[in-house]
Amino acid sequence: MASYSTNEFRGGLKVLLDGDPCIILENEFVKPGKGQAFNRVKLRNLMTNRQWERTFKSGESLEAADVIDLEMEYLYTDGEFWHFMKTDGSFEQYPADAKAVSDALKWLKEQDVYTVTLYNGAPLTVTPPNFVELEVVDTDPGMKGDTAQGGTKPATLSTGAVVNVPLFITIGEVLKVDTRSGEYVNRVKSS
Amino acid sequence: MTETPSWQPSASLAALESRAQQLAWVRDFFAQRGVMEVETPVLGRCGVTDINIDSIAASPTPVGSSPSRAWLQTSPEYHMKRLLAAGVGSIYQVARVFRDGESGRRHNPEFSLLEWYRPGFTDSDLMAEVAELVCGWLGCEAPTTISYRDVFLRFAGVDPFLSSDTELSARCEQWMEPSRLQAFSRDDCLDLLMSCQVEPALAEAGPVFVTGYPESQAALARVSEQDGLRQAHRFELYVQGVELCNGYWELTDPGEQRQRFAADNRARVSAGKPEMPVDQAFLAALQAGVPDCAGVALGLDRLLMLKMGVDDLASVIAFPAERA
Repeated sequence: MASYSTNEFRGGLKVLLDGDPCIILENEFVKPGKGQAFNRVKLRNLMTNRQWERTFKSGESLEAADVIDLEMEYLYTDGEFWHFMKTDGSFEQYPADAKAVSDALKWLKEQDVYTVTLYNGAPLTVTPPNFVELEVVDTDPGMKGDTAQGGTKPATLSTGAVVNVPLFITIGEVLKVDTRSGEYVNRVKSS
Repeated sequence: MTETPSWQPSASLAALESRAQQLAWVRDFFAQRGVMEVETPVLGRCGVTDINIDSIAASPTPVGSSPSRAWLQTSPEYHMKRLLAAGVGSIYQVARVFRDGESGRRHNPEFSLLEWYRPGFTDSDLMAEVAELVCGWLGCEAPTTISYRDVFLRFAGVDPFLSSDTELSARCEQWMEPSRLQAFSRDDCLDLLMSCQVEPALAEAGPVFVTGYPESQAALARVSEQDGLRQAHRFELYVQGVELCNGYWELTDPGEQRQRFAADNRARVSAGKPEMPVDQAFLAALQAGVPDCAGVALGLDRLLMLKMGVDDLASVIAFPAERA
């Protein structure tokens, strides 16, 4: 397996630390003029999502982690696994377990494309696009003319996600939602 | 990295103008004091033996007796001291220097170093002159002075001279796992604490000189016993936590210098680094007699960074390494 020396460290690099795959977020080179150089590194553990800060003597190296991000289409779930397919025309499929899907679960819509992070060839995490468009399947009846109030109500979307929406939203409408904050953005006109 | 860098400078036009003004200001500062500007080679036949400074090698075609291996200079120090031995008097140089592998927010492998030497000056005389130059240009308050020992006692809670190796190592565990600290020398621990604990704390203080370094960090400074401790007559100026300069009451003893070079190379070998050729011409100059003097090297790019109120060298260097 390849390894990276501190002078190759940069944001986005995937490395193995304490046996876990991590992504380097920030790398700062520090050195007293006449002294030993160090690299102060912020990493995110891709298994636990926890952020770590580690310091390395310059010249030390870390093993590369076999981690790649691929665009994949969500196909279906069999209850135990969520199945994704590569979009490169290879039709290659990957089953992601509940842990990998976790936070993305409430945004999963069949035939939509997600970023699947593979670690040693198996799905590690599934990341939804920043914005998704989903249909409202349940919400209290709309209150027309009440738009100025700026009040909100909960609406259940086709994937099961519940978001706060303006009072005028009705069942059957398609909404654009920010998956990072879980917030309503706007109605999608084309529906 | 084979991609073509952006053609545009990373520094603003305002920063480039300020750089030109800074250079004019520096030249005027020394003209007023009768310090002569000199130029010395950027490419020399010797690099530096310092274990923590790596020289960049070049392979020129040998001409006559010149060697086929040469080094981009990491500092104009040896050449300037040869001039001092030749009797030039007070001199300064705005030198372009190179340090392999040093790259980051406050490091660029190629940078502008202002280096000057003052025969007859002690370290404290030269500190006063550094303060005039830096504060005159930045318009900052006069620096205070704190010893290396006190700055560690105050901000890192260890005594760099008297704490045991075990205590220093334990203090470093906040940043490094004990297993990786095992291979650390005492100076490695002190350098780690300096970078991670002391420097960030100094960012909150006003301009401050740190003086009286441990003998093991004397580099090219003379050493004497003060308060019962062997201390190097070496000083650094920190402004907003940025290390601006490194100065010495210079070691002029050729025998002692020869020993330090040899010790450097032994340390390089045990650290798995290549041994560096010792600059015999420099040693010969010391033998002939370098006058008692103090000298200092000051990073002009960092000074400009402070002047512009930015915290990244790329904002003040037209084409840093990634765009060079």
